Amino acid sequence: MNGLRVIFQREINAYLRSSVGYILAATVLMLDGLLFYTQALGPDTEARVSGQVLAIFFYTTSGLTVIASLVLSVRLIAEERQLGTQVLLNTSPVRDWEIVLGKFLAALVFITGITLSTLYMPLMIVVNGKVSIAQILVGYSGLVLLGAAVLAIGMFATSLTRSQLVATAVGAGITAVMFLFWPLSTVVDPPMSRVLSALALHGRHFSGFQQGLLHTRDVFYYLAVTYFFLLLATKVLEAKRWE
Amino acid sequence: MIQLTEVRKYFGEKRALGPVSFEIQPGGAVGFLGLNGAGKTTLLRILATDLRSSTGEVEIAGINVAANPHEVRKKIGYLPETPPLYRDMAVGEYLKFVGQIKGLNPDRVDNRVREVEEYTQLTSVHDEFTQNLSHGYRQRVGIAQAIIHKPELLILDEPTKGLDPVQVLELRGLIMRLKEEHTILVSSHVLTEISQTCDRVFVLNQGELIASGSEDEISADLSGTYRIMLGARMAPDTRAEDLVHFVQGLPDITSVEMVQQDDQLLTLSVQSPTDCRGSLSRSLVKSGHDVVRLELGSNELESIFVELLGQQVN
Repeated sequence: MNGLRVIFQREINAYLRSSVGYILAATVLMLDGLLFYTQALGPDTEARVSGQVLAIFFYTTSGLTVIASLVLSVRLIAEERQLGTQVLLNTSPVRDWEIVLGKFLAALVFITGITLSTLYMPLMIVVNGKVSIAQILVGYSGLVLLGAAVLAIGMFATSLTRSQLVATAVGAGITAVMFLFWPLSTVVDPPMSRVLSALALHGRHFSGFQQGLLHTRDVFYYLAVTYFFLLLATKVLEAKRWE
Repeated sequence: MIQLTEVRKYFGEKRALGPVSFEIQPGGAVGFLGLNGAGKTTLLRILATDLRSSTGEVEIAGINVAANPHEVRKKIGYLPETPPLYRDMAVGEYLKFVGQIKGLNPDRVDNRVREVEEYTQLTSVHDEFTQNLSHGYRQRVGIAQAIIHKPELLILDEPTKGLDPVQVLELRGLIMRLKEEHTILVSSHVLTEISQTCDRVFVLNQGELIASGSEDEISADLSGTYRIMLGARMAPDTRAEDLVHFVQGLPDITSVEMVQQDDQLLTLSVQSPTDCRGSLSRSLVKSGHDVVRLELGSNELESIFVELLGQQVN
């Protein structure tokens, strides 16, 4: 556990002093603010109940969370290989799962920080409309869980290669395919449609969070995806550590 | 300390190393000498647990590396060809990070960082980001990270590569000091580097170990003789020819060659099947001559190396 703690601290410090972290945070917040204004508050938007406005907010923010999580995660191990620092971790008494989990948790904390910085927008809805704090909490839980799942996919992608470009392509590819399961599920017949909708990264599993509804099934799904890809990343790292 | 048995490493179909077998006792410095591509880095990476051997067994401090790499990693410090530095960290912060992942007690890590910085003369750059350091300082930080957890075995891959002559001398001094506390493995293709810092030499060529031992042992094995440079101030009224004749008549001396004469000061190259410097000096002093120089031939390693590679080519 010592290795996990030390790697987590190093990664968090790296985010706090890197311009990439701040640029990413600023971009996400700016785009989120603009989308919130144009889609929920702007003069041309149709009249909606505050619950709908909140759902739109969580929908648009989820897209940005996915992109930010991918951007953040695909460099995590590939960059170590590129800079030659992976050898330090490889020859230290630190377990592969500690490396993966330390980096993952630090990225998750950073993504959660960026996501929570958008809190002023739902609070505006609370002040001017009728939504409960619980609805907001559920929505943010969904964003964090979705972010965790995409970060785990990115961790797996970055564990495969030393090229951040290749890692980005692989991570984005897996994420896109898992997103497409949802629209695909609507055009194929059962039981395939049920399988695809159950596996879809967005759609069925996120819509509950978007509406402020907490389903154990959805929480379990995101935790399972996260666990699965982190496990894959650990196994890949294990196999590559001695290669 | 280290035992290798029939170790081989293949990258795809290509054999990069082996079969290599040897044993290294604890203490002192061992040099791995070879041309570029000889297999030095591959061998050191296997010993540093960065690379798994394709076949064979490696034991470090009595632990099988393949079976328990985690335990072995606690006992080794490794400086690869390029020091593994995080550019966004200051020197002190980086060393603290390395100390912690190497398992140092968090309460003691700050003290240890200060100790290591003093030892490697890094105190003045404690707060500097590693990306702003000169090559020489980066190399020192690389050594500092390798010794921070007081490893039993220190592995340095081409530690003086790219350094200027002054930095080379400084680093050589540092390695000499480190020899007192660690077993050190150093690789280099620079002959003087190995010659001046190591007690034992392994010569690698095309992935194979072609010679091992001390510089003198390899030299003796190769030619069957020791070459001794003797400087003597002759006793009064002695001619150079007389002294040469006298030395030639001593036991264990196979040949004597006059290298230089400067008045009464004579330099001879003496060949012997044994290292007979002790008996040689006693005999000379007893006969009234002064011994001003008595050493095994200089630049020996260079000629050994060239000869060994020549034999391989043939």
